[in-house]
Amino acid sequence: MIAIVDYGVGNLFSVKCSFDAIGAETVITSDADVIHAADRILLPGVGAFENAARKLRESGLDKVIKDEVKSGKPLLGICLGMQLLFDRSFEFGEHEGLGLIPGEIRPIADVVPKGLKIPHIGWNSLSVKDKANPLYKYVKDGDCVYFVHSYYAKTDNKYILAETDYGAPITASAACGNVYGCQFHPEKSGNVGLNILRAFCEV
Amino acid sequence: MITKRIIPCLDVKNGRVVKGTNFEGLSDVSSPIELAKYYSANGADELVFYDITASAEGRELFTDILRETAKHVFIPLTVGGGINTLDDFDRVLKCGADKVSVNSGAIKNPNLVHDAAKKYGKQCVVLSADVKRVDGIFRVFAKGGRENTGMDAIEWIKKCAANGAGEIVLNSIDTDGVKGGFDLEMLEAVCNVVDVPVIASGGAGKIEDFITLFNTLPKVDAGLAASIFHFGEVKISDLKNAMVQAGIPTRKD
Repeated sequence: MIAIVDYGVGNLFSVKCSFDAIGAETVITSDADVIHAADRILLPGVGAFENAARKLRESGLDKVIKDEVKSGKPLLGICLGMQLLFDRSFEFGEHEGLGLIPGEIRPIADVVPKGLKIPHIGWNSLSVKDKANPLYKYVKDGDCVYFVHSYYAKTDNKYILAETDYGAPITASAACGNVYGCQFHPEKSGNVGLNILRAFCEV
Repeated sequence: MITKRIIPCLDVKNGRVVKGTNFEGLSDVSSPIELAKYYSANGADELVFYDITASAEGRELFTDILRETAKHVFIPLTVGGGINTLDDFDRVLKCGADKVSVNSGAIKNPNLVHDAAKKYGKQCVVLSADVKRVDGIFRVFAKGGRENTGMDAIEWIKKCAANGAGEIVLNSIDTDGVKGGFDLEMLEAVCNVVDVPVIASGGAGKIEDFITLFNTLPKVDAGLAASIFHFGEVKISDLKNAMVQAGIPTRKD
């Protein structure tokens, strides 16, 4: 059972449908006991970092998630859900994240050449950096996934699972132990995305 | 590098796709769900569902179809038609839409784009503009292209992008249905004033029209078409192969 964390941010319907399509059982929940009973945790999220981080804190789910991760439970964050896994974000100010992967969230405008459109919207190809990572066992270099974002994770190379090229290398996916994150939307990335979710169900 | 997107557009009325023809292996060509699955399996990068229903029952049917499509199709889904309020955004986003396209609704309510972008994020708000030359000036048309608003299209699109539209679908009424190629002149004029993705619509008749579009205007992000895909005149898989051969960044699933 995968607990899809409902903290009042984003549309969880598509995420649930994509797990249904690969035959994985999910529950959309904000209940600590349900999250505790699940084998895996999925942290979705769209919108602004500050609002999402505040909702996680106010609901106490930040602590629940951290405790579960400490016990070894696999966690996957998607899009803003991935950004929340890092130490802090510089989206409209400076805001604290969950601190589960070392690094920080910075505007992609800091690194991509002038003239490229922001947000980075569309299908872009993956360059897999950690080929031994179980999350990427079904992915080939050059496979395309769907991105929609204006901020990226600036982190040490050792935490980067995959990058994408948007005039500069951008973190597409990161991990630290049993904590995984995808900047792109696997639930909107066709078969490539479904295979990444499948791999998450198998880690 | 980011790839150029190919987007089939499905007009849905009372739960059925308005235009359609026979495809091999597709039993019900006017079922939006079946057609969406077919396009997704054959390389479409995104789908647009356009609700052209007028009645409340039809609207309910449309959201049922959206929900059902989201269960089977795992590529981005944009929904348009009859979007006039934030409640309309809410209604379709809850059913699996990723982006919402506004047209007449944004003309009637000048705050709609801004309010929706603030609530759901710019990435969620698509401005769709029907544009036609009147005495040599690009003008915005409303009500499905029937009514000249008198507004300058370039100014309108610029303003909507500044207010939070995250993408622009530019539909040229002048080239729509002619099948002689996209309206490159109009597209260029729009690309020059906005820095959000621009989706070309209206005029595609054959594969070469897409190649010309992307080669001539590198700033255009996507090509949208309806009948040439629905009638099988252009197969998306053939189009994608031709794009790869022409050196255009293309996604192959």
